[in-house]
Amino acid sequence: MSPVLELDHITKRFGRLVANDDISLHLNQGEILSLLGENGAGKTTLMNILFGHYVADAGQVRVNGQVLPPGLPRAAINAGVGMVHQHFTLAGNLTALDNILIGSEKLTQLWTDRAGAVRKIAAISEQFGLPVDPMARIADLSVGEKQRVEIVKALYRRARILILDEPTAVLARPEAERLFQTLRGMTAGGLSIIFISHKLHEVMAASDRVVVLRGGKVAAERTTSETNQGDLAELMIGRRVTRPHRQAQSSGAPVVSAKDLQLFDGRQTLLDRISFTVSAGEILGVVGVSGNGQAALGRVLSGLVRPTAGTLLLGAADMTRMTPHQLIQAGLGRIPEDRQADGVIADLTVWENAVLERLGDAKFSRFGFVRRAAARDFAKDLIARFDIRGAAPDSKTGLLSGGNMQKLILGRNLVRHPQFILANQPTRGLDEGAIAAVHSELLAARAYGSAILLITEDLEEAVGLSDRICAIVKGRLSAPVLPEAADPRRLGLMMAGVWDTADAD
Amino acid sequence: MRIERRNDLPWFIVVLVPFGAIAAALMLCAGLILLAGVNPLVAYAEMFRGAAGSKLAITETLTRAVPLVLTGLAAAVAFRARLWNIGAEGQFFMGALVTAWAGHGVVANWPPALAIAGLLVGGAFAGALTLLGPLILRLRFGVDEVVTTLLLNFIVILFVGMMVEGPLKDPMGFGWPQSVPVARGVMLPDLVARSRLHIGLLFAVVAAIAVWMIQSRTVFGAKSRAIGLSPRAAVFAGIPLSKTLFLVAALSGGLAGSAGVIEVIGVTGYVTTTMSPGFGYAGIVVAMLAALHPAGVFAAALFIATIFVGADSMSRATGVPSFIADVIMSVALLTMLTALMLSTYRVRR
Repeated sequence: MSPVLELDHITKRFGRLVANDDISLHLNQGEILSLLGENGAGKTTLMNILFGHYVADAGQVRVNGQVLPPGLPRAAINAGVGMVHQHFTLAGNLTALDNILIGSEKLTQLWTDRAGAVRKIAAISEQFGLPVDPMARIADLSVGEKQRVEIVKALYRRARILILDEPTAVLARPEAERLFQTLRGMTAGGLSIIFISHKLHEVMAASDRVVVLRGGKVAAERTTSETNQGDLAELMIGRRVTRPHRQAQSSGAPVVSAKDLQLFDGRQTLLDRISFTVSAGEILGVVGVSGNGQAALGRVLSGLVRPTAGTLLLGAADMTRMTPHQLIQAGLGRIPEDRQADGVIADLTVWENAVLERLGDAKFSRFGFVRRAAARDFAKDLIARFDIRGAAPDSKTGLLSGGNMQKLILGRNLVRHPQFILANQPTRGLDEGAIAAVHSELLAARAYGSAILLITEDLEEAVGLSDRICAIVKGRLSAPVLPEAADPRRLGLMMAGVWDTADAD
Repeated sequence: MRIERRNDLPWFIVVLVPFGAIAAALMLCAGLILLAGVNPLVAYAEMFRGAAGSKLAITETLTRAVPLVLTGLAAAVAFRARLWNIGAEGQFFMGALVTAWAGHGVVANWPPALAIAGLLVGGAFAGALTLLGPLILRLRFGVDEVVTTLLLNFIVILFVGMMVEGPLKDPMGFGWPQSVPVARGVMLPDLVARSRLHIGLLFAVVAAIAVWMIQSRTVFGAKSRAIGLSPRAAVFAGIPLSKTLFLVAALSGGLAGSAGVIEVIGVTGYVTTTMSPGFGYAGIVVAMLAALHPAGVFAAALFIATIFVGADSMSRATGVPSFIADVIMSVALLTMLTALMLSTYRVRR
């Protein structure tokens, strides 16, 4: 079998950092190749070179034996290479159809065959099991739906080689499973796929062959059927990492209770009479397919929107109408779903972000002036205590990796021992080492007595951390189940909206 | 081809960018001067001589720079928080109008220091109020403040016209559309004898330092910066968007209003609709050339003042129309915006 794609001795440096160090790999016709590696191992850089976003310092890319001119995404597209980025490249104010069509037409073309395009999209959706509403506005879609638009966009351009950059980072397990099946179907239809991931079980489930990258170099190449998760983990990290385990612990008094929370945004009901209680020293997991009300629940609990109806109690106090500032003062910790957009301000320094939520506190201000020394010391403490790597108090926050940014957000919240923590997708997009760190911090907060609401799409995470698990479906919250009773099948049913009455309260 | 953000710009690039932009603007305008049949080097030399060639010229340039510093600070403060206040011209006139009204009557017999302080407070208040309307419209209804503040300028100037033709008309003005004069006692003392340069220059210096302190050292400054960089993350962190923007608007409008006060009690003594050669609009250019930094505002205001004061004597000496000053200023804004984009982002193929 001849390779459809070859990367030949690729080297790419950014200043002193060697992101790709003499990397060679090939992709065979009809094959799913996993590119496995931790964040910063050079996977994304390599794919950006392949796709023409970066120009390699050395080496070449060949598609079907033809050398691709470096630095021209258009050439890659014309050669049949399609890329689905981890961070979507969609225009939020346009419809899915517009986003798919953009750039696929000639500049001189006078009109668009929109009906034909809709039919073609429908055919792609049907064939590959990627339901997409062409008329939906991108801004109204969930991340999972946006990703489907991205994949359809690539297929619409007749991609024969598809590169998926961490496609499951935003998907729930059942969605991910279905994606894997979809990928299988695609390869049967003659497509060849590179699947970038740092999640071992996905690599095992989805791929034919694995190339492991570590520190910008090819660390190993394995046939998937001849390896296992443990070996791959060691190859990827260079050592063994295990996620921490939840210790049995009895929970205390209720800290946050929601009663019949409703949120209506003028067009649709985002939260439909949600009730739950989280007690001190307890983690309540909320799982679900993205776009089922998790974002709305997060916004309500962060104080960004007020529920249309229902009450939220913090102990005995009514927190239904509290502002974000009041919630922070009342002792709430909040890990936002989108750490880049909500969590930190990339252009500010690490110390400024560390005290952003508490700028007015007496600890960090005097007579309206920022106590810069105190704030820097505080940031220095956070950096040490939460192992935030590559950061100094005065470094720009935007230069931190996702995992270290998340540790900064976690740190500024947990250091105050909040009585309640909203952890919304706390490990999305993080590598194994960072996930383990986030998990042990959340468990430490639980041991200390914080009540934690964990919204996640990672079922392993939900089962591993939660004392009770609910599913959220179309804005409704299921009755909770115990993690011991939460086998994948049961959770799958719950996430599809099938549940009994409560069996764990 | 795509455009991506540069991280970690070295500080000397940040400092060099405005100088590069100004050099580019002067070179582009040299072409126009050539078209007018004059050697650009001669023209620029005349311009510089006219603005800095004598003691009188220097004091004139500094006098012209004072309101520019204040309107430049007004724009810089607002732009930092992404509040696009294009209305400094109107706020300037509101400050000036209040000064003429109160300086002729209410405070005319107060002790000078108290009267001047009172006028500054009143004028700043008037300027701040002028920006409040557009801000409320933005916060309540999402109306773009670029449009409302810009259009409000014309309304304010028409209002000033009405006042100086009506209730505030100077009865001793031989029918000229000018306001009643402020009392002699509230006029600012001269800083340099036998010149128009007044102690308002010191006020501008103090204002620039104060704005720098506020922006870089206070909680309010940190909040307004956070809102400018990422409103979403700022709101998530519990920073009150409306309240902070109200304070930003008060500071910005207040600075522009105080520019109007200083110009009346420092230079003209009364208000006319033509007393500002576009101080408010030039303030926007000053703020952009300064990359919104208060120290830069001072330097940029001096540059713009030099161009304008120098253009007149250049025009007399060489015959190039003095409108070239407006062209240089506008081109400098464009080159600065281009330079900012090229230094903040890089183009990749």
